[in-house]
Amino acid sequence: MSTLHDPIALVYHEARLLDEQRFDEWYALYTDDALYWVPLTRGQPDGLLHTSLLYEDKLLLKIRVERFKSPHAFAQQPRSHGQHVLQAPQVDSVDAATGLTVLRTPFFYMESQRDESVLLSGVAWHHLLPTASGLRIRMKKVELVNCDAALPSIQLFP
Amino acid sequence: MDKYRNQPDAVQALVREDQVHRDVYLSPEVFALEMEHLWRNTWIYVGHDSQVPTSGDFYTTTVATQPVILLRGEDAVVRVLMNRCAHKGAQLVSAPSGQCEGHLLRCPYHGWTYRLDGSVRSIPQKSGYDGTAFADSTAAQGVVVLQNIKNYRGFVFVRLAQSGPSFEEYFGDSLSSIDNMVDRAPGGRLEVAGGTLRYLHDCNWKMFIENLNDTMHPMVAHEAAAGTAKKLWAGQPDTMPKPMAVEQFLPFVNGYAFFEGMGVKLWENGHSYSGVKFSIHSQYAAEGEYETLMEQAYGAERARAILGEVRHNTVYYPSLTIKGAIQAIRIARPIAHDKTLIESVTFRLVGAPDHLLERTVLYTRLINAPTSVVGHDDRHCYRAMQQGLATDGNEWVSLHRNHDPVEREGMAGVYNGLSEVSMRGQFRAWARFMQPLKPTGESA
Repeated sequence: MSTLHDPIALVYHEARLLDEQRFDEWYALYTDDALYWVPLTRGQPDGLLHTSLLYEDKLLLKIRVERFKSPHAFAQQPRSHGQHVLQAPQVDSVDAATGLTVLRTPFFYMESQRDESVLLSGVAWHHLLPTASGLRIRMKKVELVNCDAALPSIQLFP
Repeated sequence: MDKYRNQPDAVQALVREDQVHRDVYLSPEVFALEMEHLWRNTWIYVGHDSQVPTSGDFYTTTVATQPVILLRGEDAVVRVLMNRCAHKGAQLVSAPSGQCEGHLLRCPYHGWTYRLDGSVRSIPQKSGYDGTAFADSTAAQGVVVLQNIKNYRGFVFVRLAQSGPSFEEYFGDSLSSIDNMVDRAPGGRLEVAGGTLRYLHDCNWKMFIENLNDTMHPMVAHEAAAGTAKKLWAGQPDTMPKPMAVEQFLPFVNGYAFFEGMGVKLWENGHSYSGVKFSIHSQYAAEGEYETLMEQAYGAERARAILGEVRHNTVYYPSLTIKGAIQAIRIARPIAHDKTLIESVTFRLVGAPDHLLERTVLYTRLINAPTSVVGHDDRHCYRAMQQGLATDGNEWVSLHRNHDPVEREGMAGVYNGLSEVSMRGQFRAWARFMQPLKPTGESA
């Protein structure tokens, strides 16, 4: 994982870690100042003055990941399972100065908890930064097509 | 079926002073009766007038499962219309909100048009109605406009039933919670801002409403969520400023003594709030610039009094719950006996710095979103009740905690914060409004 240098491979790898619930490894893919953003509306310009489904820094992501380990996370009895199906990621832009690479990845995502499942789809935007230990995710922004639907619980990471 | 329809005694027998029968949550028939009686006899929240700021603006929602339109007319008055064409019944407006094209409501099916006050403006090929009894029919009256409507400081409520308690009789002093939320704006008014979360719950609407002042659950149900936040923050030095998210999560795992001391206040008709003396919102960091603006707007003493009220949840039974201290509301939109849509709406305090809206938006996302770890555990418990209550051997739900027979005399008062008295008060109101009311004026 630490030697990932191919941005497209990293996008696939991130989805795999999520779907295999390797959350500690997944968490380590993110930079310290990372943001995981799932806007509530289409074209939402801002996550501070407008509610999102997720707008999480590393502390909030850590709370989620650690909560999964608690025997008292009652809503995770039984555990939820997620599956991302990604269309081939495309490099959208590369910043020559910083090396920041932005990728666009359309996807389907199903999250299932026994008899209840929720199907989400949309486009994931990964902002990747080169670091001494390989590429890291600075921001993942997940634009859902059904962001405005009345939704049941979404407990993992679309 | 028909265990309860036309059997008012059977309905009343579902509620005892300190217990309720499971059918209040499980029976589709009781749900239908709730929509016909309780939700028609009482005042139901529709929306906020800032959602329709200019003439011709509309916002659509439901009242007691019926689709309605909140609409601002040519005269700037906000009305609530049934979202139904007078002709064959098609919903006139399907978008969640917008502006009426040409300041008219136009049916998408046969092109009947209506003015913003609901009256018929035009019907295509109208001569086809010549010589018919159309002019005497309900259809000729246009769209049904709800007559019992109250815009209270921007909050729009309706009562579907022709007669019943007046708005003021029904809510009484509980309106002080709305007052406090509005007064927190240096500009003296609120604006809906920051989007609406729509969280689908597979439970009866009452489970959600009862939970709002259920102070015995946070330390248990939210232990994993807020407890994890607490644990992760525990290693930080005291000098490190708490992030807002940590500040908002931590009180959810306060101990019983905290919630007991908070106190719960009841009014008649099922309304209540917890956080009489202090609340989970009391320890948020000072907002210096905002407090200065408040002092400029109200004077130091009044500003201190307004900001000193940090009520937790106020329940405007049966449809609305508000958090004045952070300007967030949640609305119960019942769908079926075991299905409820919970909408979370946030407000901007007009004249306050953006940071206040940021705090509101963060709270509603962390606690009330379909993606909220706190919301997940609440919803899990509601569903667990919805399913567990189907078991035989015990058909009753216990609401005995701190029950005192003196409650028979009246529910209004301040109680121990851990008491289940708010739920008993809700069911007292439930039983009262589940029956036909006496004509106007005799119902207070």
